[in-house]
Amino acid sequence: MVDALRPPPKKHPTRRSPVATPPPAPRSRTGIFFTAYAARGEFRLQKCEACGAVAYPPRDICAKCWSSDLVWTPIAPEGALVAETMLHTSTTPYFRDRLPWRIGAIKLAGDGPVVVAHVHADASDGGDVRVFARTDKSGQGVLYALPEKDTENMADDHALREITCDPKHRRILVTDARTPLGAAMAKAALEAGAAKVFLGVAQKWKPFDGQEALLSLPNTEIAPLDMADADSVTELAASIGSKVDILINTAQFVRPGSAMNRRDLVTARDEMEVNYFGPLRLLQALGPIMRARGADGANSAAAWVNCLSVFALSNRPAFGLTSASQAAALSLSQSARAEFAGSGVKVVNAFHGPLDDEWAQPLPPPKVAPEKLASDVVGALRKGLEDVCSGDIAKDIYERWRENPAVLERELALTNLAD
Amino acid sequence: MGASRKRQSYDGVVLAAPVTVPYRRYSKDSAHWWIGRALKMLGDAARLGAADIDGFVVSSFSLAPDTAIGLTQHFGLSPRWLDHIPMGGAAGVVALRRAARAVQAGDADVVACIGGDTNHVNSFRDMLGSFSRFSQDAVYPYGSAGPNGSFALLTRNYMKTYGATREDFGRICVAQRENALSFPYALMKKPLTLDQYMSARAIAEPIHLFDCVMPCAGAEGFLVMRESTARAQGLRFVNVLTAIERHNAFPDDMIQYRGGWTLDIDEFWSMAGVAPGDIDLLQTYDDYPVISLMQIEDLGFCAKGEAKHIVRTHKLTVDGTFPHNTSGGQLSVGQAGAAGGFLGLVDAIRQLTGAALGAQVKNANLAAVSGFGMINYDRGLCTGAAILASGGSDG
Repeated sequence: MVDALRPPPKKHPTRRSPVATPPPAPRSRTGIFFTAYAARGEFRLQKCEACGAVAYPPRDICAKCWSSDLVWTPIAPEGALVAETMLHTSTTPYFRDRLPWRIGAIKLAGDGPVVVAHVHADASDGGDVRVFARTDKSGQGVLYALPEKDTENMADDHALREITCDPKHRRILVTDARTPLGAAMAKAALEAGAAKVFLGVAQKWKPFDGQEALLSLPNTEIAPLDMADADSVTELAASIGSKVDILINTAQFVRPGSAMNRRDLVTARDEMEVNYFGPLRLLQALGPIMRARGADGANSAAAWVNCLSVFALSNRPAFGLTSASQAAALSLSQSARAEFAGSGVKVVNAFHGPLDDEWAQPLPPPKVAPEKLASDVVGALRKGLEDVCSGDIAKDIYERWRENPAVLERELALTNLAD
Repeated sequence: MGASRKRQSYDGVVLAAPVTVPYRRYSKDSAHWWIGRALKMLGDAARLGAADIDGFVVSSFSLAPDTAIGLTQHFGLSPRWLDHIPMGGAAGVVALRRAARAVQAGDADVVACIGGDTNHVNSFRDMLGSFSRFSQDAVYPYGSAGPNGSFALLTRNYMKTYGATREDFGRICVAQRENALSFPYALMKKPLTLDQYMSARAIAEPIHLFDCVMPCAGAEGFLVMRESTARAQGLRFVNVLTAIERHNAFPDDMIQYRGGWTLDIDEFWSMAGVAPGDIDLLQTYDDYPVISLMQIEDLGFCAKGEAKHIVRTHKLTVDGTFPHNTSGGQLSVGQAGAAGGFLGLVDAIRQLTGAALGAQVKNANLAAVSGFGMINYDRGLCTGAAILASGGSDG
């Protein structure tokens, strides 16, 4: 049984913070497909279209029938731990710093192959396990085996904490706490065991709805933050930068309108200011600090979360210019993900449909309640996901985008005609 | 398709001039240097030069960016038969097989067979990280323990399945250390007791310190030629009675508990015309002792799962009832990369020609030599084995 994770002690002021070292990152190109599915929490292996054999490790030719028609297919999680070992040595600094480390050989159920995986401390040798795929601290896909049934403190296993971004005992910055989304995010993080939530508030002398209720929650603290102001962002980084373990960007600027039904750039500049330049300023000021703290104990820096409209993936003409700024924000998140790679900080994109707020007021349901998006974000952190969709519209658009981005673009253009 | 044709004999082909370039834990020299030193020793031993050696086969992990062809220019060889064998622990037996057929067929007169590697401080880690595509995708990210991790899993399974104990593995290691104490090139110079073996620190449970080989630099080589050539050069030699190889056998076994030897074992013995009881010494590939137990079984010295009785009831040293890994094996001499696949074979040639560098097996006439290599994903893919017999009395 894993011991409950204790709150980390106060940092020794003169001791060196551990430097983040990555687990092995190189993969074959085919192996990167496995990673891409793992990043959104899907456990897929290649299945041969010709003979049905499941192939592992990732390959280009079926070893049973020599077909090259191998399709990435969802795989059932059930398996049996055939053999396990506790490693006491390793050649890479990443694992050396985390020994002992448990791995095992797992026979997946049915006609599944044998896979090598990280193994939870509570899984019993010879017993049944549940296998899932996730990205590790290098951002590469790995397999992990949980015990057959949930155990007490299961999420606190040291190897499992390496592939999740669990808010428990971590300190969270919610960049814009003025909105219902910001408030919901703060509450959800606290409920998940966050040690502290910093509430980003611009112009804090201006009160906002629900302010008192939010501040009455334990372990919350106002953090003056105006993302449109470079000095404000710099000051925030100087005052609490080294205490931000998870950053959740809730700032959004959403307005209807496309290029030809606006006459100037005023609104477009605001969209870019909040949706693109704001996060960029944060990334420049806080990113390097978080990147340096990716291995800093139980409350290491763990995640950078962007709440993105799903129309960042493909433009929604009725909100054409907001979509354009969201696309810029998405591209920025990809850039950030590459920069954070190997540091232990995951970039999490939470794609959502229209939020149930004033700017989506004339739109028909379904809309995403702020509480729903907040719980999906916290769920993604607990699971260690890098891409998550919140709400039915986001899921629908995301699936269409995965299926064929060119078709989705045409579909969305047609909805505009209908509007 | 009809049944396979019977294998042809290796009559008329012999192995001679066993050489070992003394091992070192770390070397700043290149693999080219180590292989080149072995070539020089082969030439000196047989009084042959570049004009005489018209076949060359090499096995090495640390030659990059070169392969065998680059070495021909480096060494001034102009062979008419050339091969490169990237098969690690099976490379010695595979080199023997290929070279013997080349000599038999007249494609070459004298083939130099060499396995050698250097070991820089970072070599081993660098090799593990890029060992194979499957390993890169599906093993190395899981703890980066190298072969220790993979062999720990199959050792655990073997112990569970067949009831072998750590003490059984220890008997292999302790006996080999005793053999190594008289072998001048062994890197391990201190005696090892079973108590020391049992109380060693864990590496990857159930594997402990003395189950592991020490990576080092070194090279091993021998020559393959016609028997008449060996006699003309005044070389002592051994004959090849039988030899097999098999790769990626039993891909559907959940976890490795047997190797490809079992697929060919009947023909292996019938071609040799001898039985396991006739063998005077056995050289198994001992990257981990469990693999030696597996070979004792799969080569037919006992039934599957019964090797534990062999190691419990026999003395495994050079002067024992079941002489095994006469030089001390990789466990005590060191694992010089691909030279590890030649170590047992080269020492078998010495033992059978009465030229042991350390303790000599008395009246050694027949040796079985086995190889095992290349954990590409979760199991060793290459297996090979041969039986060698002492050559003519005027040798």
